[in-house]
Amino acid sequence: MSGATAAQGEYRVALRNNRLGLWLFFLSESFLFAGLLVTRFYLWGNTRPELNQLNGLLVTVVLLLSSFTMNRAETALVQNDRKTFLNSLLITAALGLLFLAGVMVFEWGGHIRPSDGAYGAVLFGMTGMHALHVVSGIVFILIVWNNGRRGLYSSEQHWGVEACAIWWHYVDLVWVFFYPALYLMGQAIR
Amino acid sequence: MRTFFQLGFVRGLLGQVLGTLLGMGLVTGARAAFGYDPLWLAEPAWVIGGLLGTLGFMVGVGALTDWAKWAIGIDTPMHHGAPAGQPEWTRYFAVDLSHKVIGVQYTVWGIFVLLFGGFLATLFRVELMQPGMQYFTTDQYNTLISAHGIIMISAILLGVGGMINYLVPLMIGASDMAFPRLNAFGFWINVPASLLLITAMFVGGWDTGWTAYPPNSLRTALGGPLFFLGFYVIGISSIVGGLNLLVTVFTMRPASMSLFRMPIFVWAALGTSILQLLATQLVGLAMLMLIVERSLNMGFFTPVLNEAAKALNSPPGDPVLFQHLFWFYSHPAVYVFVLPGLGIISELLPVFARKPLFGYKWIALSSIGIAFLGFLVWAHHMFTSGMSNYLRLPFMYATLIIAVPTGVKFFSWLGTLWGGKLTYPTPMLFVLGAISVFLLGGLTGPPAATITTDLYLHDTYWVVGHFHQTFFGGFMFPFFAAMYYWFPKVTGRKYNEMLGKLHFWLMLSGFWVMSLGQIWAGLLGMRRRIADYDPALGVQNIQIAVTVAAYVIALAILIGLYNFIVSARSAEVAERNPWRSRSPEWQIPSPIPEHSFATPLAVVGEPYDYGLPGSVYVRMVPAGAGD
Repeated sequence: MSGATAAQGEYRVALRNNRLGLWLFFLSESFLFAGLLVTRFYLWGNTRPELNQLNGLLVTVVLLLSSFTMNRAETALVQNDRKTFLNSLLITAALGLLFLAGVMVFEWGGHIRPSDGAYGAVLFGMTGMHALHVVSGIVFILIVWNNGRRGLYSSEQHWGVEACAIWWHYVDLVWVFFYPALYLMGQAIR
Repeated sequence: MRTFFQLGFVRGLLGQVLGTLLGMGLVTGARAAFGYDPLWLAEPAWVIGGLLGTLGFMVGVGALTDWAKWAIGIDTPMHHGAPAGQPEWTRYFAVDLSHKVIGVQYTVWGIFVLLFGGFLATLFRVELMQPGMQYFTTDQYNTLISAHGIIMISAILLGVGGMINYLVPLMIGASDMAFPRLNAFGFWINVPASLLLITAMFVGGWDTGWTAYPPNSLRTALGGPLFFLGFYVIGISSIVGGLNLLVTVFTMRPASMSLFRMPIFVWAALGTSILQLLATQLVGLAMLMLIVERSLNMGFFTPVLNEAAKALNSPPGDPVLFQHLFWFYSHPAVYVFVLPGLGIISELLPVFARKPLFGYKWIALSSIGIAFLGFLVWAHHMFTSGMSNYLRLPFMYATLIIAVPTGVKFFSWLGTLWGGKLTYPTPMLFVLGAISVFLLGGLTGPPAATITTDLYLHDTYWVVGHFHQTFFGGFMFPFFAAMYYWFPKVTGRKYNEMLGKLHFWLMLSGFWVMSLGQIWAGLLGMRRRIADYDPALGVQNIQIAVTVAAYVIALAILIGLYNFIVSARSAEVAERNPWRSRSPEWQIPSPIPEHSFATPLAVVGEPYDYGLPGSVYVRMVPAGAGD
C-alpha cells in the first residue's frame, strides 16, 4: 500500500466516524430543543404574547436565505470555484449576523422583558438558546473561511466545510420549528 | 519541581483559579460600570466565575489545545506514550489520548469522588443515631445529604465511564475509541465539575437534595447555583462520552464481529450510551433554567406573577414543569448507572460457571429494551406532585413493564448458573452478591411504582432503601467485581484473594443490614431528608444499626482499596489469562502494551461457548495475512 492511498484510507475512516458523530450530536441537541418546545407548550398552552410579526417574518426569511448561500458555498468548493466558495461563506455569516441583529435588537428590545412571567422566560429562553447556536455557527463559518482562504480544503477532502454547512442547516431547521411556536401558533394575548 | 508544574492536572487547577477570578472580576466590574451594587460575592459573579473557571481548567490541562490548532489549520498527529522527556506516570496526570489511560483516570478519579461522597454519608449518619440535633445545624445536615447525593452520582458516572472506556475498545478489538480527543475532554471536564460541587458545599451549601426542586432551589443559599452548574458540566461529559461510545461500537468493530457476536458488556454499554446521549440534554436544560431564573428572574418555575407580567396577561411559571424535565433524565440516569453493572454480571457469570451465557440475544436486547422503556417512565417519581391525574396510570404500567426485561436478565443468570461448574474467587462472589442485592431492589421497587402504595411510601426511607439497593446491586458490587476481575489485566499483578473475600463479606453483610434497616424505618414512617425524628416513632435502634452498617461498608471499601494499592505495587506477577476467559482482552499480554492488538482480530465463533470442546471465539490474524 503506498503512502498516498493509506492516507486516503485513513481519511475515509475518519470521515465515516465524524459524520456519524455529528449526526448523533444533532440527535442529542434535538432533545434540548424539544425540551424548550415542550416548555413553550406546557407554559403558554394555546396562547402567545403579541410579538412584532414583520420582524419575525424578516429574520426567518434571512435565515432561510443563509441556508441557500451556505449550500452554494459547499457546492462551489466541490466544483473548485474558490471565489464563490469564500464569498458565499462571508455572505452566510453576514446573513447570520443580520438574523442575530433582528432577534437581539428588535425582538429583545420590544415591550417584553425576560422577567415578565412565562411569556418573557420562554421567549428569551428559546430565542436565547437558538441565538447561542447561531453565534457558534458564525464562529465556525469564519474559521472555515480563514482555513479555506489558506487553501486547506480540496474539492474531495473538506470535512470541515461539510460539518460547518450541516451545522448551519441544523440551526436553521431548529428555527423552522421555533418560529411558528413563538410567532404563529395559539391566540395572541394583548 | 519543574515536572510538577508541567503536569496538566496542576496547570488545569491553576487555570480554574484564574478563570474563576476572571469571571468574578468581569461580572463585578460590569455591575459597577452599570451602577449596580458592585458586590464581589454576588451570585452572577459566582456563576460566570464557575463557568470561566471550568473553561480555564480545560485550557490549562490542555484538553482544547488540539482543537484550537485545528481551527487555525495546524494538523496534530496522534501521540502515543508519555510526553517527550517525561516519566511514564505523568501520563495519568495530563491529557492522554489512549483509552486505557483515560479508563484508569476515570476509575481512579471516580474512586476519589466516591470516597468523598461516602465520607459525607458517614458524617450525617452519626447525626441520625439519636433524636434531636447533636453535631450539625439543620442547614449543614441538608447540605451534607444533598452533596452526598450528587457527589455519589458523579462518582458512579465516573466509574461507569472508567469501565466502558477501558473495556469496550478492547472487547471489540479496536485500536482506541473513535474520537480520542473527545474522550480525553469527556474525562477532564469532570474534574472542574467535581471541584464546583465541593466548592458549593463551602459557600453556603444548599438544602434541596440532589433533585433541586423549585421553588426551594430558587431560594436556597449560594451553593445552589454552583451545584446546578457542576451538575450541568457533568452532563456535558455524559453526552460526549455516550456519543463517542456509540460511534466506536458502530464503526470500529472488525468486519467479522456482527452485533450479536459482541461481548455482552458492549450491549450494556450501548444501552447506557443511548440514554446518556439523549436524556442528559433535558436535565442540562432544567439546570440552566434554574440558573437563569435565579440570576435574571426568568419565571419558568415561579407560579407568582410580577406587575409587568400581569400587564401582559402572561401565564405563570410552573414548578411541576421542572420535575418533568428533571426526571426525564434522572430516571433514565438510574439505567445509565445500572446497565453497565448488569452487563458485568452477564459478562462474568459464564466465565465462572464454565457454561454458555443463557439466552445471549435476549440479554442483549433486554439492555436496549430497558434503555427504551427508560424514556417512558419518568413521571412515576411524581405521583404526589399534583400533576394531572390521568398521567398516573400509564406511568405506573410503563414502570411495571420494566420488570420484564429486567426479569429476562435474572432468569438468564439463573439459567447460566444452572448446572455450571462454579468456582468462587472474589469477582464471582461480588457478582453473586450483586444479584442478591439487585433482587432486593427489584422487589422493593413495585410497591413504590404502584400509585396506591406509593402515596404512603413516597419520601420515606423505603425509597432511600430501594435506590441504595439498585445502586449497590447495579453498580457498586459489579464495579468491584470488575475491579478484581480485570485487576490482573490492568496492572499485570495478582490481588490478595483473602483480603478480597474479607472486603466482599463485610460489604455484603453491612449492606443487607443497612438496607433492610432503611426499608423498615421507612415502613415505620421515617421521612427521608429529615435531620431529626420523634423518639416515639420507634426508629432509633434501626437508625443505630444502619449507621453501624454504613461504617462497616466504609471499612470494607477501604480494605478493598488497600488491597488494590498494595497488590499493584508489589504482588506476584499474574498470568496472561488467569480466568480462562474467551474475551479478546485476555488473549493479549498484561499489562496491555501501548498498541493493544499487534495484529487485527478475527471473530470465528460465538463469544460465550464456555465448556464446548474445540470452540474458539477470536483469533489474531497473523501479520501480513489480512489487511
